[in-house]
Amino acid sequence: MIASIIFYLFAAVLIASAVMVVSVRNPVYAVLFLILCFFNASGLFVLMGAEFLALILLVVYVGAVAVLFLFVVMMLDVSKNAKQQFRRYMPAGLGVALVLFAQLALVLGSWAVDPGAVRPVVKGAGQLENTKALGRALFTDYLYPFEVSGLILLVAMMGAIVLTLRSRSDARRQNPKRQTGISVAEAIEVRKVPFHQGVDP
Amino acid sequence: MKELFLDTIWPFVWPLMWIAIKILCIILPLLGAVAYLTYAERRVLAAMQLRRGPNVTGPFGLLQPIADGVKLLGKETVLPTQSNKVVFLLAPILAFFFALVAWAVIPFQAGLVLADINVGLLFLVAISSLSVYSIVFAGWSSNSKYSFLGGIRSAAQMVSYEVCTGLVLVTVLLRVGSLNLSAIVDAQRDGWFAFGLLTPMFVVYLIAMLAETNRHPFDLPEGESELVGGFHTEYSSMAFAMFFLGEYSNMILLSAISTILFWGGWLPPFEALDFIPGIFWFLGKTAASLFFFLWVRATLPRYRYDQLMRIGWKVLMPLCLVWVVVTAGYLVAFDKLPH
Repeated sequence: MIASIIFYLFAAVLIASAVMVVSVRNPVYAVLFLILCFFNASGLFVLMGAEFLALILLVVYVGAVAVLFLFVVMMLDVSKNAKQQFRRYMPAGLGVALVLFAQLALVLGSWAVDPGAVRPVVKGAGQLENTKALGRALFTDYLYPFEVSGLILLVAMMGAIVLTLRSRSDARRQNPKRQTGISVAEAIEVRKVPFHQGVDP
Repeated sequence: MKELFLDTIWPFVWPLMWIAIKILCIILPLLGAVAYLTYAERRVLAAMQLRRGPNVTGPFGLLQPIADGVKLLGKETVLPTQSNKVVFLLAPILAFFFALVAWAVIPFQAGLVLADINVGLLFLVAISSLSVYSIVFAGWSSNSKYSFLGGIRSAAQMVSYEVCTGLVLVTVLLRVGSLNLSAIVDAQRDGWFAFGLLTPMFVVYLIAMLAETNRHPFDLPEGESELVGGFHTEYSSMAFAMFFLGEYSNMILLSAISTILFWGGWLPPFEALDFIPGIFWFLGKTAASLFFFLWVRATLPRYRYDQLMRIGWKVLMPLCLVWVVVTAGYLVAFDKLPH
C-alpha cells in the first residue's frame, strides 16, 4: 500500500519533470529537471529492490553525464542559436516527434492503475545480493556482449579524442619535468652587494 | 478513515520517530564537530606559523566558533539583483544537505550505524559525486565572472579526481568482496589496508581527498589570490555559513571514510586494547586524519590549475589503473580472493 503510494509519487514526479525538461525555455533549468528525473528513476529502482542499479544511475548519470551537460549548457549561449535554426530542423524534428508520439500512444493505450505496481524484479538469482547477481550474470552468461560493448565504448572514446585533438604550434606548453627538476643553483643567484654602489643590472 | 489511520499509518509513526532521533544523534554532534574543527584549524595553523590563534573569547578561545556563528547569523543576506534567485539559494542548501546525508551509512562502531545498507560504499560515491552540483549552481547563479570561473574549475576538478577515488575504492572492494562498510572494517582484522598491498592506493586517496573537498593545496575553486572568493564570492550571512558547514563536514566525512577504508574503522591497533569502546578508536583516527588536512594547509603552496589536472589524469589515474590490475592479479595468484 505505502510502497504503491511511493511508487506513484516517484513516477508522477518523474513524468512531470521529464515534461519540464523539454518544455522550459532556460536550458539550464532543463538540465536541472533532467537531474530530478534521474533521481526519481533511481528511487523507482530502489523500490524494485535493485539498489545497485539505483546508485549506479546516480553515480554515472547524475554525477558525471549531467555535470558535463551542465558544463556545456552554461558555457554556450544556446537560446540564440535555437531560434535561428528552428525552421531548418523543423521537418526532421516533426518526423521524430510523430514516431515517438505513436510509440507513446501504443504504450499508454495499455495503461492501467495497478495498486500492486511495485514488486521486486530481481528474481531467479536466489538469495544473492543484487550486486553479486548482476556481476555473475555479466561475467558468465553475457561475457562476450559485455566485452564487445566495452570495446565499442573504447573506440568511441578514442574517436572523439582523435576528432578533437589539434596540435597547436602557437600554444605555450608546460614542461613539468623541467619545472620540477630545476635546482637552486639554476633558479637563484646570490650576489654580494657593495654598500652605496649597488649592482650592475 | 480512523481504521485506515490505525492500520496503515500508525505502525510507521514510532519507527519514523526513532529514526529521526537517531538522525539528531548524528547531526548535532557533527555540527559541534564542524564548529570546533574551524577552531582547531585556526589554532593548528597558528601554532605552525608561530602565532597564537584565537585565544581571547572564553578560556583558550573556546567560545570563538560560537561568536563567529552568531556574527554570521546577524549579517544581512544579500541577493545580487542579476542573480538567479532560486538556484542561488538552492546551492548552499544542497551543499549542506549532501554533506549531511552521507553520514547515514557511516558505521561508528560494530552495529552502530543509521542505515546498514549493503551498497554503502556506492552510496558514498554517489553522494560525493552529487556534491559538485552545489558549487556549480553557486557559480552559475551568482552571475559573476569570479563565481562562474570558480564553479567551472570545481566541476572539472571534482569530476577528474572522482575517477581516482573510484579506482581506489575498486581496489579496496577487491580485497573485501563487499560494498558494505561494516564488512570492509571487519575485513581488516588481520591488518589495516593502509599497510601492505594497498599503501599506494592510500596515498592516492589522501591526495584525492584534498581535491574533492576543495581544500589546500587544491583549493582552486575559491583561490583567493585569483578569484576573490571563487564560487562563494557573492554569498553572505547564513548562505555563506552553509557552504562552510558543508565544506567542513565534508572534510570530517572524508576523514571518516579514510578511517573506514584504510585505518580499520573502530578496530583497536592491538588486541589488548579491545576494552576501549570502538567508537573512541573511530573518532580518534578520524581526528588524526583531520589533522592531516590542517597540516597540509599549513605546509604546501597552492597548485596551478594545469598542475592539478596533470596530477589527476597523468599521474594518479594511470597509477590507480595499474594498481587495480596488480591487486587483482595478486589476489588471484595467491588465491586470496574473498568469498
